[in-house]
Amino acid sequence: MKGFLLFVAFLASAALSAQWTSVKTFAKYDELAKEYLDRDDGYTYVINYWATWCGPCVKELPYFEQLLAAHDNEKIRVILVSLDFPKKMESKLLPFLNKHNIQSEVVILDDPKSNIWIDKVDPSWEGAIPVTIVYKGDKREFWDGEFDSYADLDKLFLSIHN
Amino acid sequence: MSQLLLVFCSFVMPFISTTEVAEPYTVGDKVEDFNLKSVDGNMYSLATAKDVKGYIVVFTCNHCPYAVMYEDRMNDLNDFAEKNDFALFAINPNDPKAVPDDGYAEMQMRAKEKGFKFPYLMDEGQKVYPKWGATKTPHAYVLDANQVIQYIGAIDDSPRDASAATINYVEAAVGSILHGEKPSISKTKAIGCSIKTL
Repeated sequence: MKGFLLFVAFLASAALSAQWTSVKTFAKYDELAKEYLDRDDGYTYVINYWATWCGPCVKELPYFEQLLAAHDNEKIRVILVSLDFPKKMESKLLPFLNKHNIQSEVVILDDPKSNIWIDKVDPSWEGAIPVTIVYKGDKREFWDGEFDSYADLDKLFLSIHN
Repeated sequence: MSQLLLVFCSFVMPFISTTEVAEPYTVGDKVEDFNLKSVDGNMYSLATAKDVKGYIVVFTCNHCPYAVMYEDRMNDLNDFAEKNDFALFAINPNDPKAVPDDGYAEMQMRAKEKGFKFPYLMDEGQKVYPKWGATKTPHAYVLDANQVIQYIGAIDDSPRDASAATINYVEAAVGSILHGEKPSISKTKAIGCSIKTL
């Protein structure tokens, strides 16, 4: 029995440490938008554009995880849109997600037509990551650059969420 | 008190916004020349290039994967520029204290490895990139012979795969300038790494 429990514990920890085995890839921004960016379902969506190779992005990622945990019994969805290259998913992205035990939803956007889709994210955006969108229905805020603190992110979230 | 504030806003604020904060360049603006040190130890300005028909300035760096993907294309672009009497300058806008990979010695190493034949300049003190309004690497500018900006944006429309590019915006802008025309596409956007400061 003790051996069985140990075995279950082992399975559970293995499952925990290898939570991420794949990430959905969107080849077109419009498909991503349909799924996550143009929703009107009462949820507040926090959409962060990032990549594992982007230092400031990685630095602020814990704030998004903290936000999700702090509001997990509310109508919130945190979507981390990775601009990592799909061929680096196995070698870079998945190990990163598992190492940091990321709980937010993660997708890859691999649309080369950036000259078109960057303006759709926000006309004021030049294309440097990270950037963050928070929206609920037709209330929407765009944050250009990284957050200096969790408090800044939470404040932005609450301005839309409440 | 609120009246005082109103007075402040309507009289003092306009002076602050027009005299204190210089708007970064946009298409149609003539630029102020820079004087920056390259990896060969020499100082370079736009004026260093004599009798040219225009200039290509690319803010780029060592560490950013998007900049790295364009390194070979920068050499191709330099060949194209030379053939068309344009001068190409690359400027690293990052503070090496924020990104050690973008230090001067590291730039020298990269330039040697990749065989850069164009000046690879360090924006010492980060005085140049804010004037130009560069926000990321890579971020390209094409200027005519009068040092007026005619194009701002991406180099081409396919960062990850040079062979999949359907248009090279910079080369197209150079072509327009050579024909005495305005580029049909004068601004584009692309993903890049933010410029790093402390």
